[in-house]
Amino acid sequence: MSSTSQTTAGTTGGRLGALQKWIDDRFPMTALWKSQVSEYYAPKNMNFWYYFGSLAMFVLVIQFLSGLFLTMSYKPSAAEAFSSVEYIMRDVEWGWLIRYIHSTGASAFFIVVYLHMFRALLYGSYQKPRELLWIFGMLIYFALMGEAFFGYLLPWGNMSYWGAQVIVSLFGAIPVVGDSLTEWIRGDYYISDVTLNRFFALHVIALPLALVFLVIAHLMALHEVGSNNPDGVEIKKVKGPDGIPLDGIAFHPYYTVKDMVGVGVFLILFCLIIFFAPTLGGYFLEHANFEPANSLQTPPHIAPVWYFTPFYAILRSVPNKALGAALMGVAVLLFVFLPWLDRGKVKSIRQRGPLFKFFLFSFAIAFVALGYLGMQPPTPSFTMASRAFGAVYFAFFLLMPWYTSVDKTRPVPTRVTYHAH
Amino acid sequence: MTEQVDTGRRHFLTVATVAAGAVGAAFAAAPFLASWKPSARARALGAPVEVDISKLEPGALLKFEWRGRAVYVVRRTPEMLAALKAVDSRLRDPQSAQSEQPDFARNEARAIKPEFLVLVGVCTHLGCAPLDKFAPGDVTVSADWPGGFFCPCHGSKFDMSGRVFKGVPAPTNLPVPPYKFVSDTRIQIGTDAGNA
Amino acid sequence: MRIDMKILVLAAVLAAPVAAFASSEGHVDRALNDVSNRASLQRGARNFVNYCLGCHSAKYVRYNRVAADLGLTEKQLVENLMFTGDSPHDTMRNGIDPDDAQRWFGVVPPDLSLIARARTPDYLYTFLRSFYADPSKATGMNNVALPGTAMPHVLWELQGTQQAVWEGEMDAQGNAQKHFKEFKLTAPGKLRPEEYDSFVRDTVNFLDYIGEPVQLQRQALGYKVIAFLIFFTLLAYALKKEYWKDVK
Repeated sequence: MSSTSQTTAGTTGGRLGALQKWIDDRFPMTALWKSQVSEYYAPKNMNFWYYFGSLAMFVLVIQFLSGLFLTMSYKPSAAEAFSSVEYIMRDVEWGWLIRYIHSTGASAFFIVVYLHMFRALLYGSYQKPRELLWIFGMLIYFALMGEAFFGYLLPWGNMSYWGAQVIVSLFGAIPVVGDSLTEWIRGDYYISDVTLNRFFALHVIALPLALVFLVIAHLMALHEVGSNNPDGVEIKKVKGPDGIPLDGIAFHPYYTVKDMVGVGVFLILFCLIIFFAPTLGGYFLEHANFEPANSLQTPPHIAPVWYFTPFYAILRSVPNKALGAALMGVAVLLFVFLPWLDRGKVKSIRQRGPLFKFFLFSFAIAFVALGYLGMQPPTPSFTMASRAFGAVYFAFFLLMPWYTSVDKTRPVPTRVTYHAH
Repeated sequence: MTEQVDTGRRHFLTVATVAAGAVGAAFAAAPFLASWKPSARARALGAPVEVDISKLEPGALLKFEWRGRAVYVVRRTPEMLAALKAVDSRLRDPQSAQSEQPDFARNEARAIKPEFLVLVGVCTHLGCAPLDKFAPGDVTVSADWPGGFFCPCHGSKFDMSGRVFKGVPAPTNLPVPPYKFVSDTRIQIGTDAGNA
Repeated sequence: MRIDMKILVLAAVLAAPVAAFASSEGHVDRALNDVSNRASLQRGARNFVNYCLGCHSAKYVRYNRVAADLGLTEKQLVENLMFTGDSPHDTMRNGIDPDDAQRWFGVVPPDLSLIARARTPDYLYTFLRSFYADPSKATGMNNVALPGTAMPHVLWELQGTQQAVWEGEMDAQGNAQKHFKEFKLTAPGKLRPEEYDSFVRDTVNFLDYIGEPVQLQRQALGYKVIAFLIFFTLLAYALKKEYWKDVK
């Protein structure tokens, strides 16, 4: 029997209680608190991989606040953008800190989100009944990629400029409409002040708003079906006489308190970077971007920021521009179909057989390897390696219907495995 | 089977963590709030300006800009200075007790050296730039005009020390900015000579 | 030497390919400058305004910030570092007309505010020591780190003149490939080689500093922030353990 010593605070005394009742009579404050937090039951066996959802939300808030304050001093014009960033770094009180928070936060967002997604692969969190939860998550990921892409042009450094040039020109590969489309996206015949201004609007207003709504939808979908867990057990199947899942514990205080530790550890790593290595050797803030955009001179090596390089490696490994772009798109989109590619009867890796484990770990290695290759110049041997790892990447998805159905699995337990800690 | 919950310890740890969190949040918020203070560029643009008054003729007006506002320097003639007392009865605040000014201006002449009047050229009614009407008897202002400043927007009048007349919309005397003489021919607007 | 914390193993692993990158474009010598060395920064500032500011601007750098960070009084700043009519609160602009520069050098000398962040101090240190006599060039000089550079060797009086020694070798196609071997000082300058290296190191140190002035303070602040965060995390952990006693 799961036990909690938390008594439901139904009786708040005096003035505060009267205020609470006044609000509750007009707005479901206490009802929401109870249903979403203090009487929302999550599996008690959540482990390390389950920190990254709350951390992702935390980074979203960090990016919003730091971005808001950057917008107060940043100038979204080709003439002033680069200078305004240096103005923030040097002349605005504490501007340097706000800028580093935002640049580190962007990379931190992707680290957290990739680990968050990997958890879903480990424990089958995308499987029924969580397919829509997974789709909302993928939509958040797409919005995040867009947000990062638009945001990266804003400093108007040389890598910003040429990175945008390369990626926007990919749309030119689309047959028939390609060239008109790229012109329409740019708003001009080349990446210009016009493009910068509209990317600014998208980065500051459109996508943040979309992200907020998608995150709310994501959480609503989660709360509708309840969280998965490392054992892949559906805890709602075994309830106590009070209707509470036997393997469930109230989100508050148990996971609020645990997530706070996660936030603490995250902030330590985050601040170590900000205060001691804000460029992280050129990975979080590239060298070439400390030179203003120059339409007449490309940087020696154009590469997207690290979080896009796995897909960039796939793009470059194909000699045909249109096919490469298409394959890159497919590589990103395949994630969406996981709930239907996976024919496994079990969710969690703890019950999966050797085939699944082999393909999942190969996929993880391939993803990291492609990420590294995407940063390197496209030499013949690197291109060959990108093709090999690309094949592994696609095999994970395309062969999944086969290996998940023939795999030798273990039976799913009825109760979670938990050791007090 | 259930162990005794140490509510005392639980309460202490909760309070301690929340308190530490609040302190951390305050420290985190501080740089963001501080970022609203004038930046180094704003301080540079708003830095004191030095003005050369060696070429200013007696009775003439020099206009320039400081911190986004107009500043006037008038080289008053002895007649202008002598005539100041006579106007006192027509003024709202002849001793300049209630003006935006450094302490040394709390008198009739309202200047460090009475010969040079330094004013912020912004009417204290609604912010227009008052015109220089130094000639006594200038009928474009009024028949008994003693000489001073006239604001064209709503008719406010100020004397040759920038002191406001009674019966006009403007409530207070024209402001005197902080300034000092760095030499006999150069005034620095933006530093106060008499006060800290 | 400035301590650069490689906090993540990941970061250390990822840094390796970057290092490989740098060397693939030509060998660079380590600058080994120390931005916490105030005396070095002061010398570098003096070198910069005397030798560089004539052609290059540092338009994002304010004089009064340099004075504050380097421990100079306003008087010392104005006397030693400011030769134009600028005020201490102004930025380090320079007087060269871009059109003139374009005509004389074929290119406008780039602003140097961020050059150390764009190119790294090691590269700058190498560049300023890699000029060699080359009669085929308009300035009479060429540079191993940036072949064909339009920049004259403004420090030639200090370094002296050096020749580049090339090694020839045949490549796979049977073509002669020239390969830089070493420098030979043929005419000494006012400074001995070690003194010149020191001079360049100080100058590069200053360039490193102006790339990111706050670097002098952010690490000190970082220690305090991390200390607080460790304290907070430990406290939160204790709180977590306390509540999770309930969970069996």
